[in-house]
Amino acid sequence: MRNWLYLHSRAFVQALKRLGGQPFGTLLSALVMGVALALPAGGYILLDNIAVLARGVSGTPEISLFLDGKADSARAEAIESRLRAEPDLASFRFVPRDEALKQLESSGLGDVLGGITVNPLPDAFVVTLRGDDPELFETLSARIRGWPGVAHVQLDSAWVKRLSALVGLGRTVVLVLAVLLGLTLVIVTFNTIRLQILTQKNEIEVSRLLGATDRFIRRPFYWFGGLQGVFGGLVALGAVWIGMDVLAEPVAKVAETYGAAVALGGPGWLESLVTVAFAIALGWLGAAISVRRHLAET
Amino acid sequence: MIVFDKLVKQYPGGYTALDGVSLQIAPGELVVLSGHSGAGKSTLLKLIPAIERPTSGTVRIGEQDISRLPRRAVPYLRRNIGMVLQESRLLFDRSVYDNILLPLIINGHPPGDAARRVGAALDLVGLHGREKEFPAGLSGGEQQRAAIARAFVNRPSILIADEPTAHLDPAYAAEIAELFKSFNGAGVTVLVATHDVSLFRHWAPRRIALARGRLMEE
Ligand SMILES: Nc1ncnc2c1ncn2[C@@H]1O[C@H](COP(=O)(O)OP(=O)(O)O)[C@@H](O)[C@H]1O
Ligand SMILES: [Mg+2]
Repeated sequence: MRNWLYLHSRAFVQALKRLGGQPFGTLLSALVMGVALALPAGGYILLDNIAVLARGVSGTPEISLFLDGKADSARAEAIESRLRAEPDLASFRFVPRDEALKQLESSGLGDVLGGITVNPLPDAFVVTLRGDDPELFETLSARIRGWPGVAHVQLDSAWVKRLSALVGLGRTVVLVLAVLLGLTLVIVTFNTIRLQILTQKNEIEVSRLLGATDRFIRRPFYWFGGLQGVFGGLVALGAVWIGMDVLAEPVAKVAETYGAAVALGGPGWLESLVTVAFAIALGWLGAAISVRRHLAET
Repeated sequence: MIVFDKLVKQYPGGYTALDGVSLQIAPGELVVLSGHSGAGKSTLLKLIPAIERPTSGTVRIGEQDISRLPRRAVPYLRRNIGMVLQESRLLFDRSVYDNILLPLIINGHPPGDAARRVGAALDLVGLHGREKEFPAGLSGGEQQRAAIARAFVNRPSILIADEPTAHLDPAYAAEIAELFKSFNGAGVTVLVATHDVSLFRHWAPRRIALARGRLMEE
């Protein structure tokens, strides 16, 4: 175990030296990787911000559920206890049909309804959700729709649905982008490592004559790829930060026209970590494929 | 004991470099391998650390059949065999010290012990005080001595050398011959391929001559 650590730390230092020995190439690779990764990372964070922005505009989303005409107080109580059991609800409120009618009358529609002796309105519950995840919104209303005694479920605004679809589409685009660019970066690292192997052909040969295993020879190249990933990931984060900074003002202006005060949030710790980890994984993968392919030939 | 049995080596293209060589080398022997250029000396030496594999016949070291050794076992075989080639094959981008250290790192030696061994090897080949220099700053003879230190630092039980003095002045060459003799004196089996048999005449080694891939033991 200690020997293993020692060998890895040696390989790490060796990889650092090789990277430092060609600062221009290292910088170039980091820039290529960083810019390519900044696109999906920035897109993801932008989408997150849009979701927050939408929240600010829409207020808390509500679901109204209307009971069918046959619903008596026992039915209403049954539904109430079911609502109580739902973990994602922030609050709910029972609106009896009489109160609904009164509201309607007081809103100035009383004249229209004048002369009606039978109240046509159903009892209803108005439910607010804890989060504002559009998906949660959808699944919950779909579930409630199936409860006995519930005649109709209405989402308070159709645009929540539309936004959810849009954000979903955006996420898919970001994902596809990440996969495609990730693939490109694996190829880029693959080629960088291939060149490294060529320039170190003599060292590899000599090491083999001295009894080096393939594993020993591969190790520094893995670190090389991984470190390139670290640098690329950091460049990507930097690019996203700068991008957010540039966008902050125009976005705030747009938000203002909707009456919302919005500050763009940059990547948080988790997003930053994921971005760098993704870059490391790509570098490591490119190195692994390259080394396995080219060391067999030398 | 190194045993070559009815060895045939045919290179791709059909050239037969070794044509039925059978030979036994006892532990601790000093063997000088001679023969004209193209006789098959290098080929014979390369079969021992499995750099080349025989077309037919076997090579055994002790109980181990080298000719059928799986690829993944080859590195461990080589750690017990010191190699000195015609070109020193030092790594020119690292110091003499780091060159000699390399086999110990490969072998997984603890750093402290490794440093002691490199120091001892430097003393032995007379390069003490030169370890921080780079190989390009050394003369041909010094480079070859550094290569010998590297071959011996792991204390292998077998040392093979392929024309180690070919590029050297006679005075340097004699020094190198002296080094091999001292290793042999410490119990190491030493095989040297050379044009210059006279270099070793004082040591009365076992002499083996190859001609066109066949053995002509003297
Ligand atoms: N890798 C190789 N491919 C083809 N022919 C080779 C190869 N290595 C050596 N030979 C041939 O095998 C013969 C013996 O070579 P070698 O063992 O190097 O002889 P020596 O070391 O005695 O000069 C030579 O004719 C040489 O051309
Ligand atoms: Mg030769």
